[in-house]
Amino acid sequence: MDWLPTAASSYAADMDRIFYIILWITGIVLVGVQVTLVYFVIKYRGREGRKAAFIEGSKKAEIIWTVTPAILIVGIAVASQDVWSKIKNPDRFPTDGVELRIEARQFAWGVTYAGSDGEFGSEDDFTHYNQIHVPVDRPVVFDLTSIDVVHSFFVPAFRIKQDAVPGLTMRAWFEATEVGEYELACAELCGVAHGLMKGKIIVLAQDEFESWLAEQS
Amino acid sequence: MSTAEATAPSAHGHHAEMSFVRKYIFATDHKVIGIQFLFASLAFLLLGGLLALMVRWQLGFPGQPIPGGGVVSPKFYNALVTMHGTFMVFFAVMPLLVGVYANYLIPLKIGAPDMAFPTLNMLSFWLFVVSGVIMTASLFVEGGAAGAGWTAYAPLSAVPRYTGVSLGQQLWIVSILFFGASSLLGSVNYITTVINMRAPGMTLFRMPLSIWSLFITAIIALLAIPIIAAAVILLLFDQTIGTTFFLPADGGQPLLWQHLFWFFGHPEVYILILPAMGIISDIIANGSRKPVFGYHSMVLAIIAIAFLGWITWGHHMFQSGMNPLLGTSFMISTMAIAIPSAIKVFNWLGTMWRGNIWFHTPMLWAIGFVSLFTVGGLSGIFMASNAVDIFIHDTYFIVAHIHYVLFGGSLMAIFAAIYFWFPKMFGRMMSETWGKIHFALTFLLYNLTFFPMHILGMGGHMRRIYDPTQYEFLQPFQPMNRFITISAILLFVVQIPFVVNFFWSLFKGKKAEINPWRDNGLEWTVPSPPPHGNFETTPTVYRGPYEFSSPEAAPEDFLPQTTP
Repeated sequence: MDWLPTAASSYAADMDRIFYIILWITGIVLVGVQVTLVYFVIKYRGREGRKAAFIEGSKKAEIIWTVTPAILIVGIAVASQDVWSKIKNPDRFPTDGVELRIEARQFAWGVTYAGSDGEFGSEDDFTHYNQIHVPVDRPVVFDLTSIDVVHSFFVPAFRIKQDAVPGLTMRAWFEATEVGEYELACAELCGVAHGLMKGKIIVLAQDEFESWLAEQS
Repeated sequence: MSTAEATAPSAHGHHAEMSFVRKYIFATDHKVIGIQFLFASLAFLLLGGLLALMVRWQLGFPGQPIPGGGVVSPKFYNALVTMHGTFMVFFAVMPLLVGVYANYLIPLKIGAPDMAFPTLNMLSFWLFVVSGVIMTASLFVEGGAAGAGWTAYAPLSAVPRYTGVSLGQQLWIVSILFFGASSLLGSVNYITTVINMRAPGMTLFRMPLSIWSLFITAIIALLAIPIIAAAVILLLFDQTIGTTFFLPADGGQPLLWQHLFWFFGHPEVYILILPAMGIISDIIANGSRKPVFGYHSMVLAIIAIAFLGWITWGHHMFQSGMNPLLGTSFMISTMAIAIPSAIKVFNWLGTMWRGNIWFHTPMLWAIGFVSLFTVGGLSGIFMASNAVDIFIHDTYFIVAHIHYVLFGGSLMAIFAAIYFWFPKMFGRMMSETWGKIHFALTFLLYNLTFFPMHILGMGGHMRRIYDPTQYEFLQPFQPMNRFITISAILLFVVQIPFVVNFFWSLFKGKKAEINPWRDNGLEWTVPSPPPHGNFETTPTVYRGPYEFSSPEAAPEDFLPQTTP
């Protein structure tokens, strides 16, 4: 069973696991409800001379179907929480990552590298549009903002989505686990060419990334 | 003042002949107003459906001209998406549930001669018309209709140059303001009527669940509408007079819009589903010939959903950059809604259990509702999980979810309600055979249209994109997109039997008896259609609304609420 896109980031598998756990739980409930519904429809179809039972409810049943879903959702919430916090909580972000600054605009992604000195705001900074080169197996931590409207940074293969909000700087991160090219899309309606606001994440082997970086500076 | 006005019609008992205009156009009779809402909002439903078909055409056949029309441009596409959502939420589903059935049913089902404020009620309908005309007109103005989504996220919606739309967006705002005024007047009326005008013996816990849900919905609307009104007024200022409430350049805050919008918007979702749940409860009990299983817990579940609806708005904003701790709190509050929702589904099943099910057309739609709402409710758990939401947020998974709830849920309930109360409204029966054909085809094509959207969403297919083939990873989904489009067109076509049946029955249908569904509600004790003023004498209520198959009733299997 593999309906989600091929996973290519360090936390994608964690998220997919929760997705499939929820899919199993809800799938079982769904089949249970639908089968029961069909069964009741057939079994209790109206017939001449039969009468429905006069039952107004059952306290026991109410308790059962209040408590059971409550337990299930607490389980789902607990399982989700750790993955959520791992991906989104800045206190838990990797500290040894490549730092980038990404600025969204109608309708392009601008990515700024610190250059060879590793400092932003210096002369060797350089900016590319719609192509983001990153190393494999190393966290990439970035500041994300927008200069016009709300955009959303979405790389399906990495399972990352983070809105870029004008006036605010969001921190986000990912760690690619496979060398290759991945599509970057804008996930938040951002204007006429929203559907064309796409880019590429180019994941390079670490030494290739270093030499690519040196070439740019 | 209000009480005197409210009780005036019953005090007279008889009613003078009125002019055509007073009777059918600027009417104050709640039944006529309900029927006016019915015709107006069905027209908007049709319009919303046509807009959806154009959206689907572009997604299934990107860049190809619409048969008999032109190519959908990206800008027009955004307008289509925006206006489809706007018309369906504000001008179709909400008025079809609240405008039609709160108006029509509340006085009849609680034993009142009319609404507490009949004139306000008339005003509420005509404000709705003004609002709908403005919204429709915005489709044709220079620059095109609003294109920032029905959620109108700022700054996109706040600055004309970001979308290339100015007048269209401003008319959208003005229309929403009129709509809000209409809803507020309606809500005040529904709440007052339910509290003040119940017939003797109609205690709160003898009210049918339809009335309970419409009552609670009116309270939600009363509290939620002012928020959207405030938000769109700020937006209008940003659009027109150069304020920057939602623009960061001069200290504004784009996320403020999202908070205001969703603080209204999530309760709004419950405005769109709670009345459907109530109506379905009435119809399932009638169809099963059994009392609603767990009536009290059904009432508590409605109240619980209404309450929780106020503290879950943040789940629309998980990816907006909110503090991750807030993400956790909103996940918990959102997940909690699964509990009352599950209670409702299980109680509907419990109602059918050991019943003697009469498959009249409304019952079929009600069963369809339970089946499809369950899908929509369960898919909501994926979004409630903040971790999973990172991936499926703003994808077709959400589109599938919202349509399972609002179409598979609300609209199924609306059809159930139309078939169920048509005889009372118009004094004639709709064709059962065609109603069943309409149900079977709609149910099938509905699933063929919307179920595959879950799969698109799992594949990462973004919503609101103009041309999925632009993305390599979405190209394999193009056959599915075409399949969905064809299903959607067919789904639209199979509504024709409904339209024909509706209008044919209006004039040629079999004359309806007083109580064709053998129901217990007070509306079924008066002629079909009921006269102005509803009840000859104020009814007295002796029992709950669902005493079907009670041993007391033998040999009948129903026991009207007025039976001592």
